[in-house]
Amino acid sequence: MSGDGTAGQASATAGLSELDTGPGRLGNRLDTVDLAESTPDDEQPYAELGLEADEYARIKEILGRRPTTAELAMYSVMWSEHCSYKSSKVHLRQFGDLPPSDALLVGIGENAGVVDVGDGYAVTFKVESHNHPSYVEPYQGAATGVGGIVRDILTMGARPIAVMDSLRFGRADAPDTARVLPGVVAGVGGYGNCLGLPNIGGELLFDDCYAGNPLVNALCVGVMKHEDVRLAKAEGVGSKVILFGARTGGDGIGGVSVLASETFDAEGPAKRPSVQVGDPFTEKLLIEACLEIFAADLVTGIQDLGGAGLSCATSELASAGTGGMHVDLDTVPLRDSTLTPAEILMSESQERMCAIVEPDKVGAFLAVCRKWEVLATVIGEVTAGDRLTVDWHGERIVDVPPRTVAHEGPVYQRPMQRPADLDALRADDPARLPRPQTGAELQAHWLAVVGSPDGADKTWVTEQYDRYVRGNTVLAQPDDAGVVRIDEQSHRGIALSLDGNGRYARLDPYTGTQLNLAEAYRNVAVSGAKPLAVTNCLNFGSPENPEVMWQFAQAVRGLADACRELGLPVTGGNVSLYNQTGDVAINPTPVIGVLGVHDDVRTRVPSGWRVPGETVLLLGTTAAELGGSAWASVVHGHLGGRPPAVDLAAERALGDLLAALGREGLVSSAHDLADGGLAQALAESALRYGVGARLELGNLPAALDPFTALFSESTARAVITTSDPGGVKTTARWAGVPVTELGTTGGGALAVGDLLELPVDELRAAWTATLPALFGRPEVTVGSVPAGTVPTS
Amino acid sequence: MRIGVITFPGSLDDVDAARAVRLAGGDPISLWHADHDLKDVDAVVLPGGFSYGDYLRAGAIAARAPLMQDVVDRAKQGMPVLGICNGFQVLCEAGLLPGALTRNSHLHFRNRDQVLQVERADTSWTHAYETGQRIVIPVKNGEGRYVAADADLDRLEGEGRVVFRYVGGNPNGSSRDIAGVTGADGRVVGLMPHPEHAIEDLTGPSTDGLGFFTSVLKAVVSA
Repeated sequence: MSGDGTAGQASATAGLSELDTGPGRLGNRLDTVDLAESTPDDEQPYAELGLEADEYARIKEILGRRPTTAELAMYSVMWSEHCSYKSSKVHLRQFGDLPPSDALLVGIGENAGVVDVGDGYAVTFKVESHNHPSYVEPYQGAATGVGGIVRDILTMGARPIAVMDSLRFGRADAPDTARVLPGVVAGVGGYGNCLGLPNIGGELLFDDCYAGNPLVNALCVGVMKHEDVRLAKAEGVGSKVILFGARTGGDGIGGVSVLASETFDAEGPAKRPSVQVGDPFTEKLLIEACLEIFAADLVTGIQDLGGAGLSCATSELASAGTGGMHVDLDTVPLRDSTLTPAEILMSESQERMCAIVEPDKVGAFLAVCRKWEVLATVIGEVTAGDRLTVDWHGERIVDVPPRTVAHEGPVYQRPMQRPADLDALRADDPARLPRPQTGAELQAHWLAVVGSPDGADKTWVTEQYDRYVRGNTVLAQPDDAGVVRIDEQSHRGIALSLDGNGRYARLDPYTGTQLNLAEAYRNVAVSGAKPLAVTNCLNFGSPENPEVMWQFAQAVRGLADACRELGLPVTGGNVSLYNQTGDVAINPTPVIGVLGVHDDVRTRVPSGWRVPGETVLLLGTTAAELGGSAWASVVHGHLGGRPPAVDLAAERALGDLLAALGREGLVSSAHDLADGGLAQALAESALRYGVGARLELGNLPAALDPFTALFSESTARAVITTSDPGGVKTTARWAGVPVTELGTTGGGALAVGDLLELPVDELRAAWTATLPALFGRPEVTVGSVPAGTVPTS
Repeated sequence: MRIGVITFPGSLDDVDAARAVRLAGGDPISLWHADHDLKDVDAVVLPGGFSYGDYLRAGAIAARAPLMQDVVDRAKQGMPVLGICNGFQVLCEAGLLPGALTRNSHLHFRNRDQVLQVERADTSWTHAYETGQRIVIPVKNGEGRYVAADADLDRLEGEGRVVFRYVGGNPNGSSRDIAGVTGADGRVVGLMPHPEHAIEDLTGPSTDGLGFFTSVLKAVVSA
């Protein structure tokens, strides 16, 4: 992959454009079903479209002839790794096998899972990757990542109410990070802001392993009433198929196959034309039009056009319904009249939806679209048979059983092998690393962790996002979880957190995935919410590498086992494979999202210290656990040993305790402990409102030296402040959660015994300077304009 | 008291403006850009957002909406009008307010809690404040840099038509730290920051924004 992504405009789709009209025996003839039957031995470029020889053979077997060019295009995108989950499917079944949950209204398999959050409200949420496009074209890649996940949520019948973004880049000081990161952040903001969705949190992390494969995972959450849930299926013979939203263009052709399902390599052609271009204004109109259409009950089925475009929407709708559908492709409104039928079927042009509408409701449907200035076109209808047929200029170019396209793609049992270097990696324990001995050294390491790109203030990013729009954002970054009110009368609300530590997962993908779940669970719990459901975005290297496949299988099993133990359903998710350049895969990065519910958001618990004179308490048990820690990474550039132990029972006890404390109003602030341990949590709590604390570590077990106490990353812990330490201790004893008194808030420093006194101002300087120094923060300049250039009233 | 909130294609903070009207004690009335119908409202809010995607120039297309002709006519007869962010841009494009809003000087969208100084507490939308009072409300925009020619700025200052100034840092490069201005009669006000996002302790950095909406309710009664 060339650095600037522009070299060699011979795109991966060039071969495709020539298919219908280019050289060869087809000449300028349209490749129809009849022609395919009469020319069974014509060579077809299946490999260029990302299909394997045996997959191509299976398509011929299904159809009893060679596929037409258009059919080949459809199968190639729908059988891509991205759409078919062919490598991951055998593992993901474990999520569906989890015990049934009362909260789950719609499970895996639809566009997004739906959970009951009480009072008749249902919430749907999902996180999805847009990693490959964001590397090739950062702004548009990230923007359309947001657009795609928002349409998934909308498709379920919900009003989207918030977004989050989980971002990972190469080293913060690497030149290419300076190319990719600003564009990604501007793209996430540019799209979400224009759509009117508050961004309520996420992650921003750096590691060399993401240098050639940045991760851009976007989450959207939506809310509806139970009775408003919509499903993607085409039923009712004679019902019309309506395509609405943007016109279809040549952007994003092969996005799911040649881009998302292949490894980047140095020599290949530029893949920029495979990235879609977003128009958030059109998407905003699409949202309002859809919600009005849903409210008037005008559709029987609906599907958004994302990866694989029209191929995906038509085959999935038909496959989930009674099976028959006919489409006249000539009716599809185009941006570019030279597109071939195969390109129209594969285009991933954004901001499009497909609805199934009963004939007597078509007029009303089109009227709503006219009101919102959304283009809507009847392109076909539901038919009695079980075939999906597509005509072009009066000739049949597609005639397939839709299930074979949408739901019966190939399934692989990929070989797996434990990474050869894993034992050596785990044996390299951080115990060998030099540790700070004096108070001054401890202070220096504390500042280094807090000021590291991972630990530093994220305002540079979050100030580019609208957090206020819609007026229901109760908590957002830098609080541990995003909290949104969903009902102004009852004050019911939700909490969300996304977490994905790739270092832990590299050391132990099974445990690491559980740790990520535990962290997201804890973040939701410290806000005072009750954790309810789980989504995930599993970012890994190439499934064709047995070591990556082993990591993936371990991660899925870890997540399924942990969800079973915590009694949480997995409502859906996304798998992003081929995150590798050449032979180098990213650290396995399972990003886990947890949704929680607040019966009354007014009892939410913020993470910062506001008042002096309150007691600072540490909840949970601290052990010496530094494997994969932020300290080892920041101070020593070290990754080795074992990640912290998982204790899900302790997580649950902590979560229950925090919820009880929040309800009883016993707690003024709560902050979870994760990367950077107690040191990072204390710093963030103090930095929020500039209130320090005087602390003693002497109440911790004697075996813990101050360094370990500050930087260990033991799980199931939180720091809270309270004006009623006695009340907290009583409740904690009942809940079985150990409590350690650390000290009292107040003053302008974090003082630890007579060991060190770290002024909050000094901490703030280290914390806030990092990202602006790396990515620039141009000063505001004030100038005037020449007379006459601006009208005056 | 009926306070209209106009929805243009791409308006985003219309629900927020309606909530602010309601919490202040008024009746929010939603108005549709394409209708020539002001529904007998006593005042109008043009909310924030990205009308028409900010294509062409921010606010330029919305300023030509059918309903805007009615707003301009009624404003000239003294109806109070508040333009927030994109609404301010629309009012400038419609010629109801002087100056223009251009791309932030640092070229980024910026969202932060902003201190404003109230320079005029005698407009229809600022009676609830004291002159010189400092309030905290969110600012969030990519094209919020207020510009006008120096001579025009001098004239605006001379006529006392600067209603709000940024304090503690200018977030977008606006000339003379101007955050909001008013028309000649003090009844049409436009500003980039968002008072409708500072009306509840639960969701805003303060409740300082509520005064805009209580002000206009009193102004309409006394008019």
